[in-house]
Amino acid sequence: MKLTTLAAGITFALSIGAAISPAAAADVEVLHWWTAGGEASALEVLKKDLESQGVGWQDMPVAGGGGEAAMTTLRARVTAGNAPTAVQMLGFDITDWANEDVLGNLNSVATEEKWDEVVPTALQAFAKHDGNWISAPVNVHSTNWVWINKAALDEAGGKIPETWEELVSVLDAMKANGITPLAHGGQPWQDATLFDAVVLSMGTDFYKQSMIDLDMDVLSGEKMVEVFDRMSTLRSYVDDNFSGRDWNLASAMVIDGTAGMQMMGDWAKGEFVKSEQTPGEDFLCIRFPGTQGSVTFNSDQFVMFNQEGDADAQLKMASAIMNPEFQSAFNVVKGSAPARTDVSDAAFDDCGKKAMKDLADANEAGTLFGSMAHGHAAPAAVKNAVYDVVTQHFNGELNSEEAAEELANSVEAVM
Amino acid sequence: MKERLQAWIPKLVLGPSFLLILFFVYGFILYTGYLSVSDSKMLPSYGFVGLENYEKLWKLRHWTSSLNNLAIFGILYIVICSVLGLLLAILLDQKIRAEGVLRPIYLYPMALSFIVTGTAWKWFLDPGMGLEHTMHAWGWESFQFDWIKSRTHAIYVVVIAAVWQSSGFVMAMFLAGLRGVDPDIIRAAEIDGASRARIYRRIIIPMMRPVFLSAFVVLAHLAIKSYDLVVALTGGGPGKATELPATFMYSYTFSRNLMGIGASSAIIMLIMIFSIIVPYLYSELRADKQS
Repeated sequence: MKLTTLAAGITFALSIGAAISPAAAADVEVLHWWTAGGEASALEVLKKDLESQGVGWQDMPVAGGGGEAAMTTLRARVTAGNAPTAVQMLGFDITDWANEDVLGNLNSVATEEKWDEVVPTALQAFAKHDGNWISAPVNVHSTNWVWINKAALDEAGGKIPETWEELVSVLDAMKANGITPLAHGGQPWQDATLFDAVVLSMGTDFYKQSMIDLDMDVLSGEKMVEVFDRMSTLRSYVDDNFSGRDWNLASAMVIDGTAGMQMMGDWAKGEFVKSEQTPGEDFLCIRFPGTQGSVTFNSDQFVMFNQEGDADAQLKMASAIMNPEFQSAFNVVKGSAPARTDVSDAAFDDCGKKAMKDLADANEAGTLFGSMAHGHAAPAAVKNAVYDVVTQHFNGELNSEEAAEELANSVEAVM
Repeated sequence: MKERLQAWIPKLVLGPSFLLILFFVYGFILYTGYLSVSDSKMLPSYGFVGLENYEKLWKLRHWTSSLNNLAIFGILYIVICSVLGLLLAILLDQKIRAEGVLRPIYLYPMALSFIVTGTAWKWFLDPGMGLEHTMHAWGWESFQFDWIKSRTHAIYVVVIAAVWQSSGFVMAMFLAGLRGVDPDIIRAAEIDGASRARIYRRIIIPMMRPVFLSAFVVLAHLAIKSYDLVVALTGGGPGKATELPATFMYSYTFSRNLMGIGASSAIIMLIMIFSIIVPYLYSELRADKQS
């Protein structure tokens, strides 16, 4: 996914070092990969909060976006019988670890603070295992966003696309204006992010049957062929130089106007805000055409590992994470929505307000789904099988019929 | 007493490292071997499933395509590095001035890590900012070199970067070999009226046989375990066009939670390397005995 080679080596060394110095009783040892600017400073807020309660923080950052390197370190630590207090984790990784029977239990604090009532149901599917709370969700990112350069859209007719056909005509107009219509980086997870949105735009039932229930007939069916056709259409609006480009460079293309739009999760907003752009004036955030009303999400959570009866500091940390003020402060910086639906949206910008409203609505309507591309729809093996096919098709190695066929076969092979 | 101590000291000094290697290299090879016949998914687990993982592995298109890539990459890398290394060595061996300056220049890339090489070449060959972009900026509009973005050619870009890194090292090996040639033989051939080219073709290059063998062994195992170069240069893309067995192994073991299949692919790579190293060691050891 990203450059994790070096990190894996370094983390191994780190994990040996950490194994020699176990955390003191009133400390929490936190394994995470938020080492960059905004995220790191938001974590600082959490650190300070805990220190005021007499809980020390032992930082164990493992660089490498996506957290693959962090998971490798975690394997080594757990195998050695020395699990950290809390670990940043995503989606099905949480479920996989819960099945290994090594996680803690947060029920006491969850009951007291009524988490069941404020955390979206689809999130609880990951944060709870066998009815017990095992993790504290920090945020909800939604992945079915389109980020549009406003000037480029105005030049292309100015109408915000609401359907697939309108989207294609806007992209055509942008192409005619001589810019790259769609900024995209050719990495498997980015290709899959587009794929997620396209599948969702074909209907919520279709998304659920294909990506979450993994129904073989749907995966290889006619509708899936159409999804791949649409992927080919999107590919025709991407510049030829897209292979291997990082997502933030694609965002930069939209920011400086060499490209019209980017389809990416809401972490992309941070790039726009950093370049001092204002939502609504310089750029627009819309749901992928045809997906307004439903949301595909991924969520960072701090998973609590079993501390052999010494869970006091752990419970304090979980409570601090779920504190509405922290949720607001952290997510304003991160570009995501809070992981509880009762947080005030006063501090958020227009895109943030929209994200929170969409999330609450989708939660009510039952149209909040885990994102396949970001490991919240199916386990890692299935996710990567989907990556393989989507990426091969996007790079022209398979045609749409072959891709749909291959999709069902690859998923079946790893089930 | 003193003599006995002298006999023991080398054993005492080498003992700890010998034990460590025994455990951390060979012990873990055996462990990986066991994992490859176990039902390990995310964490190691020890249920025995026989050769099931190997069967699954050889059914994966992904695995066969990474083997194909390795074949293309390995053969080109070994052949081009050997030829280029020999050529450079012969040119440097012409008693030229400033040889002491030129030799380290050619040898220097070897001092870089493959990550650095990969990243630098990635930028250099990127059509949007590297060579092609510069040529266009200088006015050569029709210049085109976008192999790194092309599914069919990306693997050759990996070859180019790897050759750039390793051919200097091979050159140094050949240079040492050339210096070892007995000048009397060459003088005798000159007296017989053989031309320079002919002397090289008929006498010197055949004498380089052991160097060719060493170069082959070094390059072959580098090729099979190639990982960091691909990760830094193309990330296995475009699509799966530059996926190699080593990147396959990492991905299946650590990102896909299919440790059993990852371990079985590691064992297959080990078998490949052994099939090169074992005959080589055998011939080396036999040569030692004869001498």
